Amino acid sequence: MKVFRILGRNIRDSFKSVLRNFSLSMASISSITITLLVVSISIVLSYNVNNFAVLVEKDVTIVAFIENSVTDEDIANIEEQINRLQNVETYEFQGKEDITKDMMESSDVFQNIMGGWSLDENPIQDTFLVKVTDIEQIGDTATKIKEIENVSVVKYGEGMVEQLIKIFQVVERISFIMVISLILVTAFLISNTIKITIFSRKTEIGIMRLVGASNINIKIPFILEGLFLGILGSIVPVVITTYGYMSLFKNFNGQLFSPFIKLINPAPFIYYISGILVLIGVTVGMFGSWRAVRKHLKI
Amino acid sequence: MDLINIRKANKKYNTGVTAIYDLDLKIKKGEFVFVIGATGCGKSTLIKMLYREEKPTSGQIIVGGIDVAKLKNNKVFKLRRQIGVVFQNYRLLEKSTVYENVAFALEIFGTPKDEIHQKVIKVLELVGLKNRIKSYPNQLSGGEQQRVAIARAIVNGPKLLICDEPTGNLDEDTSSEIMEVLEEINKLGTTIIMVTHDRKIVERMNKRVILLDAGRLLKDYEKGTYKNESI
Ligand SMILES: Nc1ncnc2c1ncn2[C@@H]1O[C@H](COP(=O)(O)OP(=O)(O)OP(=O)(O)O)[C@@H](O)[C@H]1O
Ligand SMILES: [Mg+2]
Repeated sequence: MKVFRILGRNIRDSFKSVLRNFSLSMASISSITITLLVVSISIVLSYNVNNFAVLVEKDVTIVAFIENSVTDEDIANIEEQINRLQNVETYEFQGKEDITKDMMESSDVFQNIMGGWSLDENPIQDTFLVKVTDIEQIGDTATKIKEIENVSVVKYGEGMVEQLIKIFQVVERISFIMVISLILVTAFLISNTIKITIFSRKTEIGIMRLVGASNINIKIPFILEGLFLGILGSIVPVVITTYGYMSLFKNFNGQLFSPFIKLINPAPFIYYISGILVLIGVTVGMFGSWRAVRKHLKI
Repeated sequence: MDLINIRKANKKYNTGVTAIYDLDLKIKKGEFVFVIGATGCGKSTLIKMLYREEKPTSGQIIVGGIDVAKLKNNKVFKLRRQIGVVFQNYRLLEKSTVYENVAFALEIFGTPKDEIHQKVIKVLELVGLKNRIKSYPNQLSGGEQQRVAIARAIVNGPKLLICDEPTGNLDEDTSSEIMEVLEEINKLGTTIIMVTHDRKIVERMNKRVILLDAGRLLKDYEKGTYKNESI
């Protein structure tokens, strides 16, 4: 009971103090807000990129077209060589008859055009569909497949995939550096706010000491003030992240630019992010005030 | 029983000034003691060591069973809870009412609201300010502000009340009123040590008087003996 009354009083005091130094508190709160917004964007981005990369790795296929002049023996030979490659996870042969049949079944247009072709006229080639283990080495593997005799052309969405991932990695790195420096600036600002609070309450602190308040009792309100600044600063980022991501997901139907790039479902994702944002806000706030208390409230 | 026991206390400030030399002093529970002496003779230094605002350089100071010299910084609050302190300049919270100023000393310990109310009203009644509880310090006279400070100092029921020139800013009549309040508090059982420059008060009150001179205890007048000798 006693502890709660003391705590209640401290919470009330800290809140009053936030209001009393309103402009300073606002500076700290805005700083936390900006930091957390950047954190939020970075998390959303990097998690989606990771998710996207996983999807890509599952989906990307090397298509090897085989010369029309080959014999069955040649095909068996090609298959054996593909099988021997290290980075190959699975492969599948699709004969040109199968492909033609599939395509004709899939659309009337194809049906009309292809229906008239004789076996010799058919320009469609036999293919091997190859999936790789390591997406980053897909280029190497494609080159090796192309070097196999009787393989004419190899396709795998060259360059596009790797470049996209590379760009995202750079963005991720930049935002990480930004987040760290913003956190430092914020901690400094909060520390400064609390320092001014401490100075503006020198008389009160002196009286508290005189009438026998314990050190913790004197220090807690200032730590709490930092905590409040952290919580207040994380409100806007949490709201923006939650509604922003939900409407982004809705607007784009869960995809970005193409069905290829899928967004992470908002359901538990935004709760995780919100939790992380509040946690960072509170930690930075308390760290900042703890620093100020340690430096300026020597007892 | 001795409330205060000082043995061979020395205080040398880190500026090199020695403010207290080899001081021995015992004060019993319930006593009223004046500390007098020329300016700079070490009166404030002596009482500051009692509530551990300053640490003795050597010697032993025991207050209410606590060895002040050995007291760790983070345990000082335990000593302060047994001591009330009043200064010449009142030291009130300007933005708080009389009631809040006094209640402050109880709130920080988590005292229940109704208990705070009861104690604050009782102590404000004792100092004669019960009808001014809603006033702010700048709406009060000096004497009234000092009463608030005294009320705050004793609301916890301390064993010892230390006053450093509590009447220093007040005229003669107001000073007399403050002395009546202190006398009343002393009668209720609180030991009082008061530093003052006001000879008239010391003579009129007929209490034990400690005379310091350049950091040494020059004379210790028994209760009622000061007036005779100084004539
Ligand atoms: N914090 C301090 N640091 C250094 N020297 C101090 C400090 N406080 C007091 N002194 C010195 O110690 C001596 C005693 O000072 P003290 O304040 O105890 O005197 P006092 O008897 O209370 O004087 P007054 O009657 O003027 O209040 C003085 O020489 C003073 O300059
Ligand atoms: Mg003095």
